[in-house]
Parts: sequence; structure tokens; C-alpha cells
Amino acid sequence: MRLTVILFGLLISLPVFGDDEHVLLLTDQLTKSECSACHFAYPAAMLPKVSWTKIMGNLENHFGEDASLDTQTTQDITKYLVAQAGDTAFWSAKFVRGLDNQNPPIRITETTYWVGRHPGISKEILPSGLAGLKSNCAVCHLSAASGYYEKN
Amino acid sequence: MKPIVTTIVLLVSSLSTHLHAGGVDDLINHYMIQAKSETASFAGFVSDRGKDLYLKEFAGGKKDTPSCTSCHTNNPTQTGETRAGKAIEPMAVSVNPERYQTLKKVEKWFRRNCKSVLGRECTVTEKGDFLTFMKNK
Repeated sequence: MRLTVILFGLLISLPVFGDDEHVLLLTDQLTKSECSACHFAYPAAMLPKVSWTKIMGNLENHFGEDASLDTQTTQDITKYLVAQAGDTAFWSAKFVRGLDNQNPPIRITETTYWVGRHPGISKEILPSGLAGLKSNCAVCHLSAASGYYEKN
Repeated sequence: MKPIVTTIVLLVSSLSTHLHAGGVDDLINHYMIQAKSETASFAGFVSDRGKDLYLKEFAGGKKDTPSCTSCHTNNPTQTGETRAGKAIEPMAVSVNPERYQTLKKVEKWFRRNCKSVLGRECTVTEKGDFLTFMKNK
């Protein structure tokens, strides 16, 4: 019985360790609530420090909208994102490898890693209505909100 | 009443509204006091002006958001959607009474969205008209 349970446990955990990729969720409540008011709560690990600093330094022009916050909130969120950025830990280094720190991307979908992992989508072969939603991870990765990015 | 007493009464009531504003009525009252302090002859907020503001297309803002309706749809009782594909709870108080609870939050969104849509901050009258429309809708 015990063996069966262990084997079954291994079996159902295979997808987690195999195809799925787990990325740490935003754990800071302030960051999570402010950012996810408008869009998917992108994990801090998916961009390097310089990208977060660049994004947070220009919230008045945030992808076509004014997303400005008061100074204290902006500082607190920047501090969190920078501390958790992709280039702060070995396990997340893959997300930010090959990026130009002099000209850092402000879109995760423009990172070398993202483009490499989404060959179909980066060529804009999605229907036009959905193409703009490649920024919404959860459209395809149904468990992304829980941190699991399953293969499709 | 002496002018100085009137001033103090107005200041204190304005301050207490500022600190405790909550719910759409309190918020409208807050903007009302502000409007009257700017223009003594202020005649009150108008729901239809708020409706016009909500539906109007502006040229001065950011190109992807010419109108409130760009994200909130042309019916405030409906669920809207951000440009990043996230649902926005309805704006109308009748279907979403949880909205408009704190001045801080309402001011944050007026500041951002007026700049995005109109290219400038909204006036006190515009804010009051807008909230009056949402209260009646």
C-alpha cells in the first residue's frame, strides 16, 4: 500500500518536475496588488535589476498608460523587484542570460529566454485578437497564476 | 457669523471629510466642499455632464486610451477589460457597491486615468460629475 502511494505520488509529480516550470510568485502584497490591478503579476525573476529600475522609473508612461504611484509606494515596489530580480539568484539566471544591461528590455516577451521558449508566439502566428495578449501568461499557461508554467 | 468662524468651521469640516471620506456619498461631498471653496457660486454636480465625460473621446491623452470606454466599455454596469487583458469590475455603484470606498484610491485612479485619457488631471467638477453619474447609474 505504502509503495503504491509513493509510486502514485511520483507519477503525479512528474509533470511538475518534467514539463512544467515553476517560477516564484510575487510574495510582496503591495507589489502584487498594485501590479496585478492592471495586468498579470509577472514574477520579479523574469527580468534583471536594471529592467525593473527602468520600468519603475517611468510609470507615467507605462506601456501606453499612466500607472504612476506615490513616491513611497514606488520606492517600496522597486526595492522588492530589484531584490528578487533574475540576476540575483543562480536558479533564475537563465531568465536574464544574454541581455544587454546598457539597453535592458522592459518587456519579458522581449527577453532572449522568453523568445527562445515561445518560438510560435514570437513569430506572431496567433490570431490577431490574441496576439496582443501574449503579455497575459495565463491565457496559455493555465496554472501560471500559481507559479506553474506548463508546456502547451 | 463672523468670517473667521465661518472659515474655521469650513476648514474643520473639510479636514474631517478628507480624513474620513468613504463611500460614494462621502466622496462626492468631499469634492463638493472643494468645489465650493474654489468657486463660491458653484451650483452642484451634474450626472449628465459625468456621462458625457465618461463617453467622450479625447485627443490629448495617450493614443491607446482616448476614452474611459476604451477599458470600461460604454456601459458602466458592464465588466471592463484592461489593455493587458485583466477584467475590471463595473464602475456603476448599482452593480458594484464595493467601489469608491477611500479617497486615496479614488484619487490615485483619477490621477492616472485622467492623465491617460485626457492628457491632464481632472478638475474637481469633473471628478464630482463623474462620481454622481456612477452613483446614479
